[in-house]
Amino acid sequence: MADAENALSLLVTLAVAVIALAFPFVASGYHIYQGAQVLIFAIAMLGLNLLTGFNGQISLGHGAFFAIGCYGAAILMTKFGLPYWAAIPAASAVCFVAGFLFGFPALRFGGLYLALATFALAVAAPQILSYTGFDAITGGSQGITLAKPQAPIGLKLTSDQWLYLVCLASGAALYWAARNLARGRIGRALIAIRDQPIAAETMGVNAALYKTTCFGVSALYAGVAGGLSAIAVGFVSPESFGLSLSLAFLVGIVVGGLASLGGVLFGALFIEFVPNIADQLSVNFGESAKALPGAIYGALLILVMAAMPTGVAGGARAATNAVMRWLASSRPIEVANDGGADVAAKYEGKGESP
Amino acid sequence: MELAEAKAGGADEGVDLLAPALLAVSGLTIRFGGVTALQDVSFEVARGAICGLIGPNGAGKTTLFNCISRLYDPGAGSILFDGRPLASFARHELASLGIARTFQNVALFSTMTVRENVCVGAHAIARGGFLANALATPLARREELRIAERADALIEEFGLKGVADRPAGALSFGVRKRVELARALAKGPKLLLLDEPAGGLNHSEVDGLADEIRAIRDRRGVAVLLVEHHMNLVMRVSDQVVALDFGRVIANGRPDEVRANREVVRAYLGSAG
Ligand SMILES: Nc1ncnc2c1ncn2[C@@H]1O[C@H](COP(=O)(O)OP(=O)(O)OP(=O)(O)O)[C@@H](O)[C@H]1O
Ligand SMILES: [Mg+2]
Repeated sequence: MADAENALSLLVTLAVAVIALAFPFVASGYHIYQGAQVLIFAIAMLGLNLLTGFNGQISLGHGAFFAIGCYGAAILMTKFGLPYWAAIPAASAVCFVAGFLFGFPALRFGGLYLALATFALAVAAPQILSYTGFDAITGGSQGITLAKPQAPIGLKLTSDQWLYLVCLASGAALYWAARNLARGRIGRALIAIRDQPIAAETMGVNAALYKTTCFGVSALYAGVAGGLSAIAVGFVSPESFGLSLSLAFLVGIVVGGLASLGGVLFGALFIEFVPNIADQLSVNFGESAKALPGAIYGALLILVMAAMPTGVAGGARAATNAVMRWLASSRPIEVANDGGADVAAKYEGKGESP
Repeated sequence: MELAEAKAGGADEGVDLLAPALLAVSGLTIRFGGVTALQDVSFEVARGAICGLIGPNGAGKTTLFNCISRLYDPGAGSILFDGRPLASFARHELASLGIARTFQNVALFSTMTVRENVCVGAHAIARGGFLANALATPLARREELRIAERADALIEEFGLKGVADRPAGALSFGVRKRVELARALAKGPKLLLLDEPAGGLNHSEVDGLADEIRAIRDRRGVAVLLVEHHMNLVMRVSDQVVALDFGRVIANGRPDEVRANREVVRAYLGSAG
């Protein structure tokens, strides 16, 4: 059963990889740009999911770390002349430090209080970025315009295709790292802290260090996403980092499935496309209803959560389990073998224990 | 090495009065508002010994465990472990130091499987940090294998194979107690604190547990501090028994001595109503 599940997940991963790789060569320019956006959101949500889904720390302020990554990369590129491939990692490192430091006061807050503290971060970020005193660095409310990076000479790719591939490569690497973290000792410790902090500490988990480091790592992911967004859009301005961005990330990880890393891709697709779909649907109701897109978006969100209460990942798992059971019931001999092995294993276990 | 020591210890009843104690509690006092949960508590536990800790409800047994595992800061007194004051260690350092425990109400990681729970118990046998694990360095992989081996051995030993991949939260109280015991042993502690391990067990299972606790000690040489209300169990397995009442030590000695102690009898009769 577990083997079949692993094989299936490998198959899904491969299929997603193939589609993602082929996409920029079959889609048009604007769609490629949208694809890059999806990957960027997915990267930010990987980090947020490590923090919220695995470690149980809610953040309503990841838009702020995204903003630091975005502005950091833009400033390093325009004011210091760094190439994007150096500017983005540097800005992400700054985000790690910022997240790590924010993790310390976060230790004192739990649950809703932490949500409020991070909420403050999300509210403050756009205001600080448009503050006139920082105009010289941040460009104030005008923002900063960047030249979109071109593909290395020799590669016959458009700028959009190249950017998409940069996002894809970054996303794949960061997914791999997050998966390594989540599946091993660190991931177990993060979940242990979420489930039973005192018992986790008794087992030797340095909860304070793990929580702050997790905050740092999570902010780093948001920072990479922000940096990639800066070069993908070619323009950064304070309005892009309002509270709605932070909320969108949270919506995305819940829709995708808390503590599911693969689920972030669905979450990212949701927050990229569902608002547009809501917009288009509302057009059918005439021009008069201004608030309608929001209402339709809300209704779609409720529908998705009602259909899949544990997110798309949970829904997919339930569906595969149902299919497996159906397949198993049509092949009774295999089931008997399986059950026999289980029972044998149980008695083997008993026999060994004195 | 450790095993040999344990066998030697077991031969002369487990308690060697000349060796320095593994755990030395002295003058321990802690208050919660008006309640004095522990008052001037002093006793010692030898290496590899099984020490029963008895007392009526509210006597302060769990509070004492919480002081030893640094969940509470005592108002006065000291706890020496292996000759070192516990006050100078943080909570999460105790596992490496060699102290493990179970909880009266069971504190498993309920969304994790039984195997993963036991793996967290072995957390402190490894060192790799976030970076090593994220990059799946050879060190991190080796450590992961070591943890998995350790967990599998314990799952086998405690007959948990059938439930190894079930979420811990879905199991019965008795099985969860068992998982907690396996988890507590994963780091290979020198001192094991068991808070009412017989909770949720029926009569014959309690008898089985007595043999099991002895076997755990004999195989590993781990000292055990055992809180239990099942008096027969405590008297059968313990080398030494400490009795608490209203936060004070009222008796400390061999099981038969403590059982016959008049204050102990009075404490139990008094609390029976
Ligand atoms: N965190 C706390 N805050 C306030 N009072 C506490 C706290 N912990 C323990 N106490 C009090 O200390 C006393 C001892 O409690 P403790 O839980 O140690 O008893 P116990 O011997 O373990 O009892 P039981 O056999 O019922 O488990 C009780 O009066 C209890 O109310
Ligand atoms: Mg108790």
